[in-house]
Amino acid sequence: MVSPILELTNINKSFGHVHANKDINLTINKGTIHGIIGENGAGKSTLMSIVFGLYQANSGEIKINGKETKLRSPKDSIVNGIGMVHQHFMLVENFTVLENIILGFEGETVFGAKLEKAKADLKKLCETYNFNIDLDATISDLSVGFRQRVEILKSLYRGAEILILDEPTGVLTPQEVDELFKILRSLKEEGKTIVLITHKLIEIMDLTSQVSVMRQGEMVGHTKTEETNKEKLAEMMVGRSVLLRVDKSEAKKGEVVFKVNDLSVKDDLDVIRVKNINLEIRSGEILGIAGVTGNGQTELLEALSGIRKVESGSIELFNKKISDKQNYLNPKMLKEKGLAHVPEDRQRMGLISDFKAYENLIFGYHDQEPFSKSSILKHKEIHEHSYKVMKEYDVRPNSPNLITSNFSGGNQQKIILSRELNENPKVLLVGQPTRGVDIGAIEFIHQRLIDMRDKGAAILLASVELDEVLSLSDRIIVMFDGKIVGEKDNKNVTDRELGLLMAGVTE
Amino acid sequence: MSNIVVDKSKVPWWVSNLIVPLVNLTLALIVSGVFVFIAGENPIEAVKLIIYGSFGYIQGFAYTLYYTTNFIFTGLAFAVAFHCRLFNIGGEGQAYIGGLGVFLVAINLSFLPVPIVWLLSIFGAFLFGAAWAFIPAYLQATRGSHVVITTIMFNFIASSLMIFLLVDVIRDTAQMAPHTVKLPEQLWLPSFEAFSGILGVKIRYSPLNLTFLLAIASLFFVWFLIWKTRWGYEMRAVGHNTKAAVYAGISPNKNIIIAMCISGGLAGLLGVNEILGVSHKIQAGFPAGYGFTGIAVALMGRNHPIGILPAAFLFGILYQGGSEVTFEMPNITRYMFVAVQGLIILFSGALENLFRPQIESFFVNRLNKDKEAKA
Repeated sequence: MVSPILELTNINKSFGHVHANKDINLTINKGTIHGIIGENGAGKSTLMSIVFGLYQANSGEIKINGKETKLRSPKDSIVNGIGMVHQHFMLVENFTVLENIILGFEGETVFGAKLEKAKADLKKLCETYNFNIDLDATISDLSVGFRQRVEILKSLYRGAEILILDEPTGVLTPQEVDELFKILRSLKEEGKTIVLITHKLIEIMDLTSQVSVMRQGEMVGHTKTEETNKEKLAEMMVGRSVLLRVDKSEAKKGEVVFKVNDLSVKDDLDVIRVKNINLEIRSGEILGIAGVTGNGQTELLEALSGIRKVESGSIELFNKKISDKQNYLNPKMLKEKGLAHVPEDRQRMGLISDFKAYENLIFGYHDQEPFSKSSILKHKEIHEHSYKVMKEYDVRPNSPNLITSNFSGGNQQKIILSRELNENPKVLLVGQPTRGVDIGAIEFIHQRLIDMRDKGAAILLASVELDEVLSLSDRIIVMFDGKIVGEKDNKNVTDRELGLLMAGVTE
Repeated sequence: MSNIVVDKSKVPWWVSNLIVPLVNLTLALIVSGVFVFIAGENPIEAVKLIIYGSFGYIQGFAYTLYYTTNFIFTGLAFAVAFHCRLFNIGGEGQAYIGGLGVFLVAINLSFLPVPIVWLLSIFGAFLFGAAWAFIPAYLQATRGSHVVITTIMFNFIASSLMIFLLVDVIRDTAQMAPHTVKLPEQLWLPSFEAFSGILGVKIRYSPLNLTFLLAIASLFFVWFLIWKTRWGYEMRAVGHNTKAAVYAGISPNKNIIIAMCISGGLAGLLGVNEILGVSHKIQAGFPAGYGFTGIAVALMGRNHPIGILPAAFLFGILYQGGSEVTFEMPNITRYMFVAVQGLIILFSGALENLFRPQIESFFVNRLNKDKEAKA
């Protein structure tokens, strides 16, 4: 007996020009674990946020237990038995587990008999599902795995029948993942429905009975997990979309410019994100890093550009050590050595969105001639330069005095690129160069990068767009879980092979 | 909660920078008027008195400008730090210590030619104020101790330190009161009385002095620093987005320290007005709240010198006109005017965005309609 608990019909959702969900249909059966898989930006999180009432769909219909339901806020969803565990936990750190679970729950008081009852109910829940949580522990004392359990418990206590987990294993250690899976299986046995959003194929194969694949905002297929395999899923996930192949000649590789020896890097939360990486980049070549976001690419680029401290190992530029555990050159010094960096996150790192366009066009070069002399900014020169490069890179509108946040994402990206490429750097680190950029501009940017390569620059390109990595790179490395899991020459590699490596499947 | 969404790029500058502050100011004055009414006086008469007191006769106007001078310094001080997103509420203490700098330089170097003593005293004021801001800045940069906490504590430390110095170290021993000896008369900055003869009016006394020109110069200095130099650019970058600043090779720590020191230095210049210009000696508690009012001046002036000048002038009017009112209207005490100031801070600072969306959307809609009508 299979009865659908949640049915979505023709769900559409746009953010400005971005069509995040296109005519999505999805049926989830009661008492199953249903996987939703897709690359980053495929629209999985958007879809689930619609189900949880965080966003409202532009059109489409949601049925819960066969009844059409409007979900206008998370409260509506909770009432209808939907719970969600977000990637980033929503817990008050200095409250206890019990306090966090009761917090904001309608009809509960924090004192007296009701509290005791809540505690007893929760204890029972914990026992049923083997949660093993001390209700009086303070959240800040708990590990990430336990915090996640608190989130799950919170949803269950509020009567969740459908539990949505958004990339639940991203922050967990392998042991914690095992524990989580045990809990999820016991939830399923008790009749709960679980929706698992992930980009890791192993988890899908391990846990789910049904799987739906999303790509670029569309639902590209539903199958039973037992009727498919990792290869087929990877193929669906990555797609067979037409590659934007760039005309490029054979790379004329020169000497080694950048050398990374046994490098490890930690993120802001002190988690090791880059694990003992070795790599070399030669002048005149583009080395592409393929990989799903969050597998250490960001931290690697930040360490190479001098933003992030190195945990162990070393980095050499032009045969001179620039960073190791003790010392590292800051971005300014590296810039003077001819290194340019297009950061992955343009909003938070590449630009100051409250600054005017011309101010961002000199950002990081503002202390150099001709933009400033004796520490005084040369506004005439800066404006002339701004008009020139904005025209050259077709930044629209061509008005240097406009505040940067008023430009579209693609044009903001062009502002960064024009700034970083204009100096003809010898080494270029590029993260997600074409994220949110329209097709025409993508071609232009790609051609620029190839031109730079032909002029002898060494380029390291990290992108979640497999097409981009394939069409630009001369060599490709795949990063998974902070390690390089594969290195391929771009002449004889298929996107399917890379897709599998990206999902952590190694032969 | 207001749900009005305004496309910021479509709001004309004069709406957000002129209309909105004026509406906020008007509201503050209306509420103040209610207080005046409750106190048993006629609010219209009170407004008339304020205007007469601050503009009506030349001496009153000179007082207004004297207060304006102090507010320009403390307003600019707050604004410079704020461009680096630092909330320097230690202007009071920095001004106090700045006064010490003026006095020590002037009294110890009085053998030098007078204009040089003036210049060095100004420098001393700036340096002492900056030094007093440096400690909280250093703690913020290297230890993460929040400047809001440390600067306010440094106000108390400055106050205690100055009392100690004024009682035990540099007190005028011929006196019982906690103040120093007067500076030699040739070092006093020329006051407005000296110029008033040239202008064809004769006034008995005014505290307005040459420091007013220094305040105007400081407005230009800050404008130039923030928008025309590399330092200002870097400070603003750190203030807006620290992560991006690091990416661009700009050191947040260095800029926190620079911004705070310039801020403290500007607050210190208040000592030039008070000591070289007016009292010619250090008196206990001479900053008298100017440092705090400077926060309101900066917020109202949107942290831009062009806004700070009228805001400082407005507070000058309130100070001077206010004392006129308390003199003429027995039911209104000095503290009423502290309340009025508080209301202005409340409406133009804390509640700054209360009516902003409504006002902005009103104008955006009207302008759109005009455009459509034309098209």
